Amino acid sequence: MGNFAYFPHTEDDIRVMLDRIGVRSLDDLYSDVPADFIYNKEYDLPDALSEQEVRNFFEELGKKNVQLKVFAGQGAYDHYVPAVIPYITSRSEFLTAYTPYQCEISQGTLRYIFEWQSMICRLTGMDVANASMYDGPSAAAEALRMAVSCTRKRNKVVVSTKLMQNVLDVVKSYLKYPDVEVVYAWDVLEELGPDVAGVIVPSICRHGIIQDLSGVADAVHAAGALLIEYCDPSALAVLKTPAEWGADIAVGDGQSLGIPLCYGGPYVGFLACKSEYMRKLPGRIVGQASDKDGKRCFVLTLQAREQHIRREKATSNICSNQSLMALWVTVYLSLMGPEGLRKVNELSFAGAHYLYDELLKTGCFEEAFPGRPFLKEFCLKPLVPVDVLQQKLLDAGFFGALELDGYVTFCVTERRSKAEIDALVAVIKEIAL
Amino acid sequence: MSKILEELLYSESHEWVKVDGNIAIIGVSDFAQEEMGDITYVDVPSEGDSVAKGEDFGALESVKASSELYAPVSGEVVAVNEELEDKPELINEDPYGAWIIKVNMSDASELDSLLSAAAYAEVAK
Amino acid sequence: MRYYDKLIFELSHPGRTGYSLPDGFEGSEASKTVSLTLDPTADAVPPLTLPRVAWVLEASLPSNLLRESKLDLPEVSEVDVVRHYTNLSQMNFGVDTGFYPLGSCTMKYNPKINEEIASHPLFAGLHPLQPAETVKGAQAVIDGLDAALAAITGMKHFTFLPCAGAHGELTGLMLMREYHMARGDSARTKVIVPDSAHGTNPASAAVCGLEIVEVKSGADGLVDVESLKPLLGPDIAGIMMTNPNTLGLFERQIGKIAKLVHDCGGLLYYDGANMNPLLGKVRPGDMGFDIMHLNLHKTFSTPHGGGGPGSGPVGVGERVLPYLREPRTSGFHGNFGVMLRAYAYILMLGKQNVKMAGPLATLSANYIKESLKDCYKLPIPTICKHEFVFDGLVNDGAREGKAGATTLDVAKRLLDYGFHAPTIYFPLLFHQALMIEPTETESLETLDEFIAVMKKIAAEAAEDPDILHGAPHNAPIGRPDETAAARNPILKA
Repeated sequence: MGNFAYFPHTEDDIRVMLDRIGVRSLDDLYSDVPADFIYNKEYDLPDALSEQEVRNFFEELGKKNVQLKVFAGQGAYDHYVPAVIPYITSRSEFLTAYTPYQCEISQGTLRYIFEWQSMICRLTGMDVANASMYDGPSAAAEALRMAVSCTRKRNKVVVSTKLMQNVLDVVKSYLKYPDVEVVYAWDVLEELGPDVAGVIVPSICRHGIIQDLSGVADAVHAAGALLIEYCDPSALAVLKTPAEWGADIAVGDGQSLGIPLCYGGPYVGFLACKSEYMRKLPGRIVGQASDKDGKRCFVLTLQAREQHIRREKATSNICSNQSLMALWVTVYLSLMGPEGLRKVNELSFAGAHYLYDELLKTGCFEEAFPGRPFLKEFCLKPLVPVDVLQQKLLDAGFFGALELDGYVTFCVTERRSKAEIDALVAVIKEIAL
Repeated sequence: MSKILEELLYSESHEWVKVDGNIAIIGVSDFAQEEMGDITYVDVPSEGDSVAKGEDFGALESVKASSELYAPVSGEVVAVNEELEDKPELINEDPYGAWIIKVNMSDASELDSLLSAAAYAEVAK
Repeated sequence: MRYYDKLIFELSHPGRTGYSLPDGFEGSEASKTVSLTLDPTADAVPPLTLPRVAWVLEASLPSNLLRESKLDLPEVSEVDVVRHYTNLSQMNFGVDTGFYPLGSCTMKYNPKINEEIASHPLFAGLHPLQPAETVKGAQAVIDGLDAALAAITGMKHFTFLPCAGAHGELTGLMLMREYHMARGDSARTKVIVPDSAHGTNPASAAVCGLEIVEVKSGADGLVDVESLKPLLGPDIAGIMMTNPNTLGLFERQIGKIAKLVHDCGGLLYYDGANMNPLLGKVRPGDMGFDIMHLNLHKTFSTPHGGGGPGSGPVGVGERVLPYLREPRTSGFHGNFGVMLRAYAYILMLGKQNVKMAGPLATLSANYIKESLKDCYKLPIPTICKHEFVFDGLVNDGAREGKAGATTLDVAKRLLDYGFHAPTIYFPLLFHQALMIEPTETESLETLDEFIAVMKKIAAEAAEDPDILHGAPHNAPIGRPDETAAARNPILKA
């Protein structure tokens, strides 16, 4: 037997243990497995690498990636990540802990989730938030299922096609199989009716335009349905909240709150709602309690909604959350505070509007939505071939000009300096010549 | 030994029925509340909903468990016990006093297939 | 562990900040000033001048789009944040703290080289929508992990979109439906699940619009094939099983079950939560499974993180392969950071070490079982795989006027001795269930220490169960009043 760092058993240990059990060999422990199923061949895996070799392996693979200055968004935002955060999240008592079922030795996890829930409520204006979801798109799908569950006899949902493509794709997958009718519409109010349970709209549309949702909640409620708003939590520092717009449920992805891009994951979804829908919330929820000596403590609560108890009648099948990423966001929000988060948005706004104006000046673009307000992401109509545009940008080390519905989209965050923006614009100017 | 009231009818799933004209008043037995432990929430239908005999109309929740409530008779829900929303523990304290829903029966003959107190005593062991 | 009773909001001090951002752009021409006072009624606070920010958000956007209420987030310094979360962490128990014998969770050691790789700077900054030619390294990770998992499980290919085991189950059931719908077979709306199955199985089926049909286990704890036969018909989409099952027993009849289900036109789904004893020994694909999920945060050593992020990749055989890309259950490529960790782990295991992983886990479980079967009731005395179930204490100390010690009491008392409790009250088949899974990364000394403590607790219960009733005594808190918490929920600060 080789010397593998994660198998502490020596030959002697194994012998002692086999004796206690009363079998002769490790193979005897699988004597109840039909011989046909025992895999006796060599596994088609590489030879075992040492730690050093693993480092080299990933270094070599990493070099095959191209590090680009990110000028695109569409659900993944290159915001500044405070240096402190990984120090806290990599503390092994957080990182290697299990779900806090044994609450007496999991008060750390339970407290930060309670803080996360509180912060999501404060950002969105909602009354209750759960312990997090896998990501924004799946949270949106779960919110629609929740709306169907809250309005007992209704089976139809209306989904705004202004949502980002990946949100629409995930919603479509989730709702394809259960007995729910899904209607997609650019103007959701046209599809209201007595059988509609829920309507989902974005606070910022896929083209980056900040939505004016005046009258939407009233119309949706008058029709007896629930309003779900998909929002960018970072933008809620400056934009009207889902609660202020009259929404019943707020969902989105916390990636924009300081989580690195990391090629798409792990991110973290959130789902928050008004208090009357609390018991229909999927996922874990942490609540405050007292122990037998009256000490304040925190526990997983309202578990009777969940799969391990309610089984097929559970509010959802979701068994876990993205706990460590919720910690990541909680630490981020604690560091940034209201002023820092607002500043992130102000700087992103300034950079995006500077880029917008400069790009128009190059003559390679036309306005797509003149006069419509945007925050950090926007669309333009390209007057030059998009593939030329994209290639030139890539060659110069920029990732932007994503194609979207016949437009191109850009995004600027506080991580992009004026020098970077000017350099990108200079590259575009070369095309115009 | 859990308490069983003589004058009521019972279902095999531990609901009790008190008949008042054409109204069936429905709750859960002492045995049921003992089995559940401390009840933390009662999931109930709304007035005007219809219930069907044998189908679930709600649930009892405790910290670690949940149990469906099955309608012993069919009909329209004409009243829901509002007190249970804030004080679900009333079911633990007084299972035969803390009714859950009142149903205007659509078919009173369904009562015939319910259990008498004596028959229920065999079930609630 | 020390009791620390703060919430971050309670440390808030108006005006304190913990962030560091640049002021704006260097040398921009505009010179508008922006007032950044947070409290408009505060007097004598001079406006902060940002001459370089040319476009002022609040002035430019229509006011009805702006946030109305004050954003109430903590105002704390970096030191406050670090101290607070460090103190919180000291109230937590992790695998790095001690032994976690949680059945069905596979709490194996989380190698630290994986952490280094997961935060590798050459991967951390990749945007998920970057064109393929700029992410060849990331794609190679996905492809390499796909090939490795295929080799280990006998499936053909995997999708990495699911972020957790239950998410994988949902995706897998969607695939089952896709397969049948593509064949025009819309009548198949039922899935068979053993009565010993974990709650996620029926819940996932319900989310997918499928109905659950339970098949009974026999006295031996295995799926009863005779009970299965009458359930099979043209309305069956398939069967969902885990093997070994939740009792830690290998479903010997899996070959027969596979044939029966395939013959009736259904598919077999493998719940990979219990894959660990099969790692290096048996491949689900060889047993006839068509679809399966793996839990990277169980079998493949990625850390649990307090409840996530995990990763639940779904693998398929030939039959279902054409549909693999159809269900999209997450927004980008899956939890790539978790995949990096799993891939690093597999590379260190390599073909040489993988063959010992399952057997050593199985060895450890049987060793504990044999060592404790005199003090704890063992309902199924046969050789187990990676985990097994006790059904409470042999002598729970019950006597006149005093209730005996329950499984919950045993679990809480274990905390006093520096061990995490096993899984309790699951599977539902046994009322005082204690499910123990040691994994292969625990030394003989640790196992012996655990055995000694479990014996001690059994002796304490026999002597006076009140010692256990009051446990834990040594944790930051005692048992909470969960009933009050559920009746009057306080879910935020």
